[in-house]
Amino acid sequence: MNENQSNNGALVRVENVGKIFHRGSEDIHVLADLHLQVPAGEFLALMGPSGSGKTTLLNLIGGLDRPTKGSVVVAGERIDQLSDRTLAAWRARHVGFVFQLYNLMPVLTAERNVELPLLLTHLSKADRKKHVDAALAMVGLSHRAKHYPRTLSGGEQQRAGIARGIVTDPTLLLCDEPTGDLDRKAGNEILDLLQALNREHGKTIIMVTHDPHASARASRTVYLDKGQLSNEPVK
Amino acid sequence: MAGPINWFSQIVSITKFGLLSIPQRRGAVAATVIGIAGVVTVLVGVLSIAAGFRQAMTVSASPDGAIVLRSGADSEMVSGLGRDQTRVIADAPGVARTAQGPLASAELFVIINIPKRSTGLDANVPLRGVESAAWQVRDNMKIVQGRMFEWGKDEVIVGAGAAREFSGLDVGSKIKVGRYEWPVVGIFSANGGAAESEIWADAKVLQAAYNRGDSFQSVYARLNSPGAFQEFKDSLTSNPQLNVKVARQSEYYAEQSETITRLITTLGFLIAFLMAIGAVFGALNTMYSAVSARTREIATLRALGFGSGAVVVSLMIESLLLALVGGAIGGGLAYFAFNNFHTSTMNWQSFSQIAFAFKVTPELLVRGIVWSALIGLIGGLFPAIRAARLPIAAALREL
Repeated sequence: MNENQSNNGALVRVENVGKIFHRGSEDIHVLADLHLQVPAGEFLALMGPSGSGKTTLLNLIGGLDRPTKGSVVVAGERIDQLSDRTLAAWRARHVGFVFQLYNLMPVLTAERNVELPLLLTHLSKADRKKHVDAALAMVGLSHRAKHYPRTLSGGEQQRAGIARGIVTDPTLLLCDEPTGDLDRKAGNEILDLLQALNREHGKTIIMVTHDPHASARASRTVYLDKGQLSNEPVK
Repeated sequence: MAGPINWFSQIVSITKFGLLSIPQRRGAVAATVIGIAGVVTVLVGVLSIAAGFRQAMTVSASPDGAIVLRSGADSEMVSGLGRDQTRVIADAPGVARTAQGPLASAELFVIINIPKRSTGLDANVPLRGVESAAWQVRDNMKIVQGRMFEWGKDEVIVGAGAAREFSGLDVGSKIKVGRYEWPVVGIFSANGGAAESEIWADAKVLQAAYNRGDSFQSVYARLNSPGAFQEFKDSLTSNPQLNVKVARQSEYYAEQSETITRLITTLGFLIAFLMAIGAVFGALNTMYSAVSARTREIATLRALGFGSGAVVVSLMIESLLLALVGGAIGGGLAYFAFNNFHTSTMNWQSFSQIAFAFKVTPELLVRGIVWSALIGLIGGLFPAIRAARLPIAAALREL
């Protein structure tokens, strides 16, 4: 992934970013003059109290939202200036998402859910199947490939979600509270999996969490409060 | 990179998810499909009345057939021609001839009251006095029961439509004509045409019964060819002995059916349009609820890189497919409920009843399907645009 890294070895560079939401006549400043660099291969935990802007920052890095000011550069590409259409294609190519509530399509089996991002590529059906099988094997869900989400446990659904996130071998894996809806045991299994993806497969992972137990698995933790980042927990 | 094939596969995928999720919202979907089916049934059903009426009025008009009335008369009811005039007309250039003479029938047209089978109430039924050429100047005339009346005798034959719609017109029964009672000796068909609504008798016998002397109201003629019409018309209209109006039979019948077909068509469109507005709201509701129920799914797909254009097109296709199902059901219902449904109505030009059958034609079915497609597209457009405009980040958190 070195070819994707920009200067200073950072895969992700968030510079001077501000984000303001408008609610009626009120302006809500969620992020202000924020700087963040994430080197390739890092497993970064993003912590902070509710409403601190963690998910907003993750959405900006994932190209799901745009900053009010500043720049977001991922793998050398300034994504905050891309058109909606180009940004959608960019997300398909570079980002894998893992959501707190899994966000699987209820009408599709686990393997069909995992295949979804591959429908945006030009891979043949046979090649898509190879990728899907590999991703499901990596998360330990091959035996449940033909099952629908409603017949899977929470932990299994999240494994399917992670398999969907990594099936295209994206530049970045962005996880928004991936263990937030799971019990401790299932949560630990998911964290084991994310850690293995980072350590054994070199995946760059940014994980939003409010759980110190989860952030302890990351290689670095940054804290967000009142729109600002720090390396120390907020008192 | 995203290309046309990729975009197409996105549309196919999103449409498939939408269709697969229909069982989860079957109530709203069924209401929309039924609503659209109702619109198409009513539209096609009402227009099939007009189509049937128009067909009844025009089917028996042969392309080389002509009709002559007194100038200024817009129907046989208000026309009048003397024997000397009808002879000139029959001898005019362009009229086809056989060994028996010219193919022209001078005819008398009166109205008698006969009760309808459906209501028991008297209705105006045309009683036509004809000459022997009457069978040759019209197409598809056939005795289907009993026999032809004998010339010079007090006998009548009855059109199949009239026999079906009015009571007391079966073979063997008698009808009251003025002071007389004439037996029905046969039933004839005219391929569903207007003549089937009539009762026929010998013109001479009818003249005597109604004290009409030797006068008629119209002359029906068969010409040598359709192209002979202009010569025929010119010779009659330029003849100082005559003061007549000459028309092709097809034009005359089309004119006769115009008022009623226009009325039915206008009413049909009006009713269907009002119902269609309701159906559009039904479709809007269904697709808005589909978008609402799938907000997070749609946002997830867009987060994964599916394009908003593909989302719009997919939802439009889903709405269109649902509407087409409704349209097909409605068209089928209209066909089975209305096609060939026999009835009769007043033809205001002749003040007499016309028996006819509703006709659900392929053209009407296509029109119904087009209406359903329009309802589906309009009903799907706004929800689809809403789905594509939802901010992904916010929509991902919808429960």
